[in-house]
Amino acid sequence: MTAPLLALQNLSKTFRSHGHAVHAVQDVSIDVAAGECLAIVGESGSGKSTLANMVLGILAPSAGEIRYDGQALPARRTLAHRRALQLVQQNPLSALNPKRSIGASLRLAFDVHRIGDRAGRTARVGALLEDVGLPADFAQRPPAALSGGQRQRVAIARALACDSRLLVLDEPTSALDVLVQSRILRLLADLRAEHGLTYLFISHDLAVVRNIADRVAVFEKGRMVELAPTDRLFTAPEHPYTRRLISAVPVITEDEITMRDQLAHGAA
Amino acid sequence: MTDPVLALHDLRLAFKGFTGTTEVLHGLSLSIDRGERVALVGESGSGKSVTARIVLGLIQEMRGAKVSGRLRFQGQDLDRLPKRARHGLRGTAMSMIFQDPTSSLNPAYRIGTQFREVLARGTPGITAEAATARATALLDEVAIPQPDRVLAAYPFQLSGGMNQRVMIAMALANEPALLIADEPGTALDVTVQAQTLRLMRRVVEQHGTAVLFISHNLGVVREFADRTYVIYRGRIVEHGPTEAVFHTPGHPYTRALMAAQPRITGGGVPEIAERDAQYGDPMVVHPTGAAAGAGA
Ligand SMILES: Nc1ncnc2c1ncn2[C@@H]1O[C@H](COP(=O)(O)OP(=O)(O)O)[C@@H](O)[C@H]1O
Ligand SMILES: Nc1ncnc2c1ncn2[C@@H]1O[C@H](COP(=O)(O)OP(=O)(O)O)[C@@H](O)[C@H]1O
Ligand SMILES: [Mg+2]
Ligand SMILES: [Mg+2]
Repeated sequence: MTAPLLALQNLSKTFRSHGHAVHAVQDVSIDVAAGECLAIVGESGSGKSTLANMVLGILAPSAGEIRYDGQALPARRTLAHRRALQLVQQNPLSALNPKRSIGASLRLAFDVHRIGDRAGRTARVGALLEDVGLPADFAQRPPAALSGGQRQRVAIARALACDSRLLVLDEPTSALDVLVQSRILRLLADLRAEHGLTYLFISHDLAVVRNIADRVAVFEKGRMVELAPTDRLFTAPEHPYTRRLISAVPVITEDEITMRDQLAHGAA
Repeated sequence: MTDPVLALHDLRLAFKGFTGTTEVLHGLSLSIDRGERVALVGESGSGKSVTARIVLGLIQEMRGAKVSGRLRFQGQDLDRLPKRARHGLRGTAMSMIFQDPTSSLNPAYRIGTQFREVLARGTPGITAEAATARATALLDEVAIPQPDRVLAAYPFQLSGGMNQRVMIAMALANEPALLIADEPGTALDVTVQAQTLRLMRRVVEQHGTAVLFISHNLGVVREFADRTYVIYRGRIVEHGPTEAVFHTPGHPYTRALMAAQPRITGGGVPEIAERDAQYGDPMVVHPTGAAAGAGA
């Protein structure tokens, strides 16, 4: 195996609140290969967002190291690192300034990251919107005029604006209707293939993860309890918590019910 | 043959706003028999919550809302009912559970106090002892350990799953004929949600309560409901026994919803159109046992 693009080494994060310690992330080590989609699943409070924030440099680890492209990431990220590692959130509206047009928000990303010259940036905004399946003239619209799915496309466009290599996607489709979700998942899969992107895909939805991730890391109360290729995790989960999570997914087909029942019996 | 618990006929709703009138429901009909669990499933904005709020009589009180159609509850025309009688139904003959249990309980009062208030709606003047005894029995039914400690607690001291169970117990406190559950458990974790739904299914079965179960989640609906209505942009596009709707979905919109639902068995996610002329096709109706002549 070639060197991983991202390596989390014995990563921990402890918060102190009201005098006691909250171990949000405990001793987590994962190598993420370039081009891989690694899913992080777990219930609320399991430490998914804390992990994401450490990867993005928003939170400093209490212990351990994050290596990117073979080098330890410093606590204060360089511009190049901030460009390379980008976040896509669950609720894109909170990430977009309501007073700014979509185009202005995207152009700001170019300005911040000093990409291209002034004239070139407007043209790039149009190209970027088309990359995520939106017409170029959406640049003139305010965020409020967009549907949930369109906003998520804009958020993805912004994350791609500075030739990023790794996207941290924190519940990117959780707020979307299932038809819209199917289209965003397809867009994400296409973009990953086209641009050779690496994804850290955070989700509580195991059915989504099943269909988009190469590998899955299962978190329970800050600890990674299982890490396995997606097929294996769903056909032969080893940890009882993984089995519990899969068995709780509400499903719609006979095949899924059969699979779930088999897992439940395996657990007994 | 007995009257259905709830029968909505040709329900229409429009909101008047600054920019004109927006029609939200376009002639929706739906019925629920005694003790039946019926789901209303569809995407956000399709008109599920407004339907529930019309049944409760809440939308009719809003300025700018125009409601028409027939609403029958246990054989009574709800719109002919005097206002006070109409109000009196809420929390007694019909009750409701909302999506977020923690925020729909009053944070300022202990669970026990809120429980007594709910019970007093059904039994005016109920004594503190009788209320506590009844609340304890109800909490016990929804598998809450140490009900006395829960009754003494404030909502924020309990987990989301615990609060959801409290809500279920309260909603059943006055033995309603109809329970409306609007996206129950959506704010909870999957394992807790699965437990809560199983529990809710059990207690409504025991009490013989009819349920209007509102959800955007097909899987949850499949596990909970006897019959399912699929709503798309203010219109029912398909309905029938849950088995039939899921096994042989007939309407293009229902099929799209099902195709877009990611499977835990894998197979990828096909890209499905958000909008399609076919989603406006005529309604598909699956025969129910009774309509097929088997009626019991
Ligand atoms: N800033 C903070 N201060 C104190 N505790 C925190 C903070 N952020 C997160 N936590 C706690 O850390 C744990 C993990 O939280 P989080 O990473 O947000 O979980 P997830 O994203 O999986 O829901 C939780 O117990 C949470 O309450
Ligand atoms: N008070 C209101 N004023 C104007 N429009 C409303 C109001 N309440 C709901 N709507 C609109 O009615 C439609 C149906 O809403 P709702 O029943 O809440 O949908 P859902 O199926 O997600 O529960 C939506 O388009 C919504 O914007
Ligand atoms: Mg989170
Ligand atoms: Mg709603």
